[in-house]
Amino acid sequence: MDLKKLEEIPKNYLKEILGSLSKLEKLKKIPFFTGIHFKDAERALERKIETYKSVERDARRVWKIVELSRNDNRPQCRDYIKGIFEDFVDLSGDRLTGEDKSIIAGLGKINGRTVAAIGHNKGKDIKERMIYNFGMGIPQGYRKSQRIMELADRFGFPIVTFIDTPGAYPAIEAEDDGQAGAIAKSISVMFKVKVPIIVVLVGEGGSGGALALAIGNEVAMLENSTYSVISPEGCAAILWKNPSGTKLAARELRLTSGDLLKLKIIDRVIPEPLGGAQNAPERMVKIVKRYVTGALERYVRISGDELKSAKASKFESMGFFNKE
Amino acid sequence: MEKNKCKNCNKEIENEIFVLNLWVCPYCNYHHTIDARDRLQITADSNSFNELGKNISSVDFLNFYDIKSYGERLKETRLKASLDDAIIVGDAQIEGNDVALGIMDFGFMGGSMGSVVGEKIKILSNYSIGKNIPLVIFCTSGGARMQEGTISLMQMAKTVSSIGRVKENRIPYITVITNPTSGGVSASFATIADIIIAEPHALFCFAGPRVIKQTIKKNPPPDFGSAERNLKNGQVDMIVNRGDLKDTLANLLRLFRG
Repeated sequence: MDLKKLEEIPKNYLKEILGSLSKLEKLKKIPFFTGIHFKDAERALERKIETYKSVERDARRVWKIVELSRNDNRPQCRDYIKGIFEDFVDLSGDRLTGEDKSIIAGLGKINGRTVAAIGHNKGKDIKERMIYNFGMGIPQGYRKSQRIMELADRFGFPIVTFIDTPGAYPAIEAEDDGQAGAIAKSISVMFKVKVPIIVVLVGEGGSGGALALAIGNEVAMLENSTYSVISPEGCAAILWKNPSGTKLAARELRLTSGDLLKLKIIDRVIPEPLGGAQNAPERMVKIVKRYVTGALERYVRISGDELKSAKASKFESMGFFNKE
Repeated sequence: MEKNKCKNCNKEIENEIFVLNLWVCPYCNYHHTIDARDRLQITADSNSFNELGKNISSVDFLNFYDIKSYGERLKETRLKASLDDAIIVGDAQIEGNDVALGIMDFGFMGGSMGSVVGEKIKILSNYSIGKNIPLVIFCTSGGARMQEGTISLMQMAKTVSSIGRVKENRIPYITVITNPTSGGVSASFATIADIIIAEPHALFCFAGPRVIKQTIKKNPPPDFGSAERNLKNGQVDMIVNRGDLKDTLANLLRLFRG
């Protein structure tokens, strides 16, 4: 066997391959077996090496998407609101303890209709990022969102959310203020409202912090956005126990728009300008505007009760398991 | 005689006393983690439990491979653990009160929530609605099951939606937080209950102490995420010793009957 092939295998799998190789070499020394017996075993091993090589290539492809989803020059929630809504008014505070700037919420007009918008905003330079806390929400932000969603529901305003967050803010104060309960409540409010909810994942869809704003009648993802239960870095730290597993983790987690469409977790993929949204931010905003406008037209015709029950059955049917 | 060491105060406890005391240290009141079968035995009236959703099991639908395949991990875990997945659900009686009862097990892949946990909670919710009986869930979990990718994240939505229907039907929903409960389970069905009870010292948080440490670059305070701190912060209704849980649950169930 050509040992050069081994160089392209991800480090994490090398041990396994080397183990099989040495086992094969040992077997070869037993005089009872003739050469023919090893051909199949060698071929199987080579196939395995090929698989691992393609895994490595695929992991690199997925990692590029992860990097694109985090690109600073992609349009952010604020850009989409500016480009899509007219007469937009920002609303602040959870009316309990404070205001979370990392989550934008407010009302504006699309095609003459009042629509509520909520979304994470990461900020584009270091100064902005400090203000927006890198788009990492705290309980006050999720409770503000709930307040605006309930308000929208009462007045019959459809809701559009823009998801772009590494995750909810992991901090002592956020935990003390009930981060877990705030996220759970947001999810629960999104199931209760009877107005149409359109969710657009525009960048990073990080875990519970993203899901808290992502229960939609229709959930769309930009081509190079991601949506994951944990960051690839976090997953590698836990399962691979080593940062070298990060790219492989990104692949295994199936966090790309294509994967998630196949798994029916999302309903639609919105194509990006060539090379990614950062290459033509204004065009990206226009594409999303066309999508949101069209989606609203489709959903405002459906009755509230139907919207609510369809949303529940969509999410309640998610899952794969064996049933005897 | 067989002896156990308390995980908290290191004192030796005779096995018989340990079991009689429901795996709580008689010296420091530390509540040791117990598996779902033991929990069931000390919670439900004897022979009252009928398991639901027994025919459902986890499957490696993504061919998730880290240093081992998810399929292999499942096989190994099933041999070790007392259950087929991280939760058992069924109907039971607590001091004669009918309940739809769910009990999670930390021993099965850290009590992680994947498709099976989500589906079983949906089955249990539907049962609770169908029979119009209160829903009680004992929680313990490290969070979502990463090996099921974003589908595991969606189980948070699925469980909140199913239990939301229980609540809309004006059926009481009580959770008991046991050590540890964090991540996706904390941020979904564990915290939307009408009543949240915690066992003493139980860790109950969204981001665990390790994650917090990475962010703030120092150790969080020793009581971070503890049941006691959660009680002070208004995140749980009460802290109840393991020995008193059954009585407390029965009393609450009677109160809800009006």
